[in-house]
Amino acid sequence: MQERTNDGPPLTQPSGQIDHLAALYRQMFLIRRVEEESARAYALGKIGGFLHLYIGQEAVGVGAVAALRPDDYVITTYRDHGMALAKGMSARALMAELYGKATGCSKGLGGSMHLFDVEHNMLGGYGIVGGHIPLAAGVAFASKYRSDGRVTLCFFGEGAVSIGGFHEGLSLAALWKLPIVFVCENNEYAMGTPLSRTMSVEDVSMKALGYGIDRDRFFVDDVLEVEKRMAEAVSRARELSLPTLVEVRTYRFRGHSMSDPAKYRTPAELEDHKKRDPLTRARALLEQNGYGAERLAKLEAEVEAEVQDAVKFAEESPEPDPSLLAKTTYDGPFAA
Amino acid sequence: MATRVLRFREALREAMVEEMERDSRVFLMGEEVGHYQGAYKVSEGMLERFGDKRVIDTPIAESGFAGIGVGAAMVGLRPIIEFMTWNFSAVAFDQILNNAAKVRQMSGGQLTCPIVFRGPNASARQVGSQHSHAMEHFYATVPGVKVVAPAFPKDAKGLMKAAIRDDNPVLYMESETLYSVKGDVPDDLDVIPLGEAQIVRPGVDVTLVSYSRMTHVCVEAAAALEKEGISCEVLDLRSLRPLDEGALVASVKKTHRCVVVHEGWPYGGVGAEVADRVQRLAFDWLDAPILRVSSLDVPMPYNRTLEDLCMPQASRVIATVKKTVSRGRA
Repeated sequence: MQERTNDGPPLTQPSGQIDHLAALYRQMFLIRRVEEESARAYALGKIGGFLHLYIGQEAVGVGAVAALRPDDYVITTYRDHGMALAKGMSARALMAELYGKATGCSKGLGGSMHLFDVEHNMLGGYGIVGGHIPLAAGVAFASKYRSDGRVTLCFFGEGAVSIGGFHEGLSLAALWKLPIVFVCENNEYAMGTPLSRTMSVEDVSMKALGYGIDRDRFFVDDVLEVEKRMAEAVSRARELSLPTLVEVRTYRFRGHSMSDPAKYRTPAELEDHKKRDPLTRARALLEQNGYGAERLAKLEAEVEAEVQDAVKFAEESPEPDPSLLAKTTYDGPFAA
Repeated sequence: MATRVLRFREALREAMVEEMERDSRVFLMGEEVGHYQGAYKVSEGMLERFGDKRVIDTPIAESGFAGIGVGAAMVGLRPIIEFMTWNFSAVAFDQILNNAAKVRQMSGGQLTCPIVFRGPNASARQVGSQHSHAMEHFYATVPGVKVVAPAFPKDAKGLMKAAIRDDNPVLYMESETLYSVKGDVPDDLDVIPLGEAQIVRPGVDVTLVSYSRMTHVCVEAAAALEKEGISCEVLDLRSLRPLDEGALVASVKKTHRCVVVHEGWPYGGVGAEVADRVQRLAFDWLDAPILRVSSLDVPMPYNRTLEDLCMPQASRVIATVKKTVSRGRA
């Protein structure tokens, strides 16, 4: 794994890359602001249940999805807000879902942990650790069965690496050479338990060795680097129909969920990570490369308006009708 | 109408073969389904017929391949996932409970999960406590799935065809001790709709409610009771979820007595569900409490005599029927 640095190299490619970086920054900033507004709404009691924020990890989802085609699939855990937005879900559909409203992506029936957007091939957030990893392998199995050329990206935390679903999913994907990339977002804490107390081998990517599949491992500092590294794995899936296990080392700035004050880590550790915030870094890189303050301000104002619009939309949307319950439990008529 | 005599396993196989020929999205996946020709020979010859793209041997990883089936179904394939026995589905329970059954609702109806999980269920013979579970009682409580448990080859075929064409997860319970049972199957049989019970033997004194292998035990008990002047109506549920309330109520309104017979433990379960519905929907027609004949409330022992003691036998059904009949007439 490369050494970490705080200063990125200046961009040397043509201006198209700057616009691309600006687009990725916009997505990351949108996720950050949506998450901050979600936290605020949660504190006001407008959002119920569990709320797991993606703040600090935005570059993983945004960089990875940037390496995909629109028809590729993404499937992830309950920390799914960022992935949904990166895959193309509107802030309105997301915020309305958090509010439990009928206009939410899952009509208010799924909530924070179960964001689905089939139109954008976002196949959901799942609440049972590791349980979605075989599902993802199944989606990739279908792509191979139909030879449709689509790739599946499956995200999970390092907390999932100890459970059976991870191993059975990888084992079968390797055996059947499925077009999938397994992305471990290693944020160092499985809820409140650090890596050192959950895994005998801290290098998650080494699990790939036992299954005979390719692996990669890197820190998330630079969203463009995430995109580049993920593109290699995506290409291996698409061109060769071979799975890859990618471990991306990241960090969440908030607790596991809203109820977690994260007392298991020191303020110094958190501050250290915040200094390397990939969002700040992407912004600095834009500035360094001539993306002027005025354009940045305009971009951020647009995002701000989008977020405020989403909150207003969620606030004003109707509650789901009870008639939804039966028809979303079964497809078609069900007697008794 | 022309009919043929088929064994239960042949009827199942015919249904799968016909549906796989009809729809290229349908495939069969499980342990030993291909090269070994099926642990119980249900899928015999299917690998040769369809190739290894559509008849897929798996490693021993029920959670993994159950999940793969659910994922494939979510994006439009129609998997048939074989559990070598339903006992082994316990390690895949999360995939069925949390993913197959929930993904439609969690996605606000955006996704469906057209999948069939199938395999032999309940006791075989002397296979001990871990291999003798009647798993339908666990699964029948779960909204989002359908549960089917046929007793005869004709129903095995027609319900399997319906299960494969259904757009919801269908859990299809077979029985190791039924696989060689023969029965008439009409040549032109198509689907038999899920959720419809059938009267396999009409009667007037008491309704025996059952499904799967226990239907045969009820028929045996009914034949013996007839000689003693007690007329039993045997109602074969065929589907446990949805449950055919209409057929239950109609039969009990005729006989005024009801005994439910199934494998599996007496705490809760399908029998308790039937009893609840019958007392709610036909209370004024009942002449006696609804009784249940189930496995005894212990893990299934290996010893043959003790296993027979634990499993519902015709003798226990007969004694229970006499109890309910005598109470009403006393």
